[in-house]
Amino acid sequence: MEISLAAEKIGHIGSLPVTNSMILSWIASLFLAVVAFLASLKVSLIPTKVQNFFEAIIEFLYDTANSVLEDEKATRKYFPLVATLFIFIITNNWLGLLPGVGTIGINEISREGHEILVPILRSGNADLNMTLALAIITMIAVQVFGVVAIGTFKYAKKFFNFSGVIEFFVGILELLGEFAKIVSFSFRLFGNIFAGEVLLVVIAFLVAYIAPLPFMFLELFVGFIQALVFTMLALVFIKGAISEAH
Amino acid sequence: MESGLSLEAIQTIASAATITIGAIAPAVAIGWIGSKGVEAIGRNPESAGKVQTSMILAIAFSEAIAIYALVIALIVKFV
Repeated sequence: MEISLAAEKIGHIGSLPVTNSMILSWIASLFLAVVAFLASLKVSLIPTKVQNFFEAIIEFLYDTANSVLEDEKATRKYFPLVATLFIFIITNNWLGLLPGVGTIGINEISREGHEILVPILRSGNADLNMTLALAIITMIAVQVFGVVAIGTFKYAKKFFNFSGVIEFFVGILELLGEFAKIVSFSFRLFGNIFAGEVLLVVIAFLVAYIAPLPFMFLELFVGFIQALVFTMLALVFIKGAISEAH
Repeated sequence: MESGLSLEAIQTIASAATITIGAIAPAVAIGWIGSKGVEAIGRNPESAGKVQTSMILAIAFSEAIAIYALVIALIVKFV
């Protein structure tokens, strides 16, 4: 039973190494693109069952965004990023539970000398690079939204507040907090999904039949909750960034 | 001759201790948050939506601390 913290490299494109979680996230992106294209082909006023399903997803995300942002115009502006985050993360998480992910692989000789199995597919968010990328995109987007909404000067005054000594230190702490949010976003998602993978591997190693079932349910649930938490936290930070300092 | 514990033994013990101790505080925190949240909903059922959102957010923040401990435990054991 081999567990690798870092995603294993499968090949190279030019000089860029391709890891197994990258391959699965490409598959997830392709899957989402195809589904989105097919779903938008026949859109009618009276929805069919398929259209109803997609409308339910969009309605759920729109209501979540509305309940946090509390402003219809703001929701319309920031909905695309937030909904994409949710749909992308949940697709990556759930695709990582399919049979074959983590089990089909290539036999290689590891650095210590013995033979290990390198899986060809691995859950997309079980790679810290991926979650770090999502976190950085989200936090940069939050800063940009804040600047666009209330102006550069007022936004900078939240972090560089010269109206008093205590306010100045609070501003510096807020600035540090923005970087801490990047770390916390990425580690929360990475830790949950990677630990889930390790849990499933260990349980399947101990008891191969029936016992892994409740843990698969747990992983389905955790995948959904982590996508929801990422989205809601992004929404809360957007709301904090676009509102005036109090 | 090697005396004392081997590196692997220390790695295993440290990894187990990290996650065990690191999960105590988040577990207590999540229980607290949950109980206060349910109490607030019981007292004012109309605000259930708002209370639920804040509660889930707070639970996610405190669970992240447990995940930090878990990641350190995994790093100590496997790297």
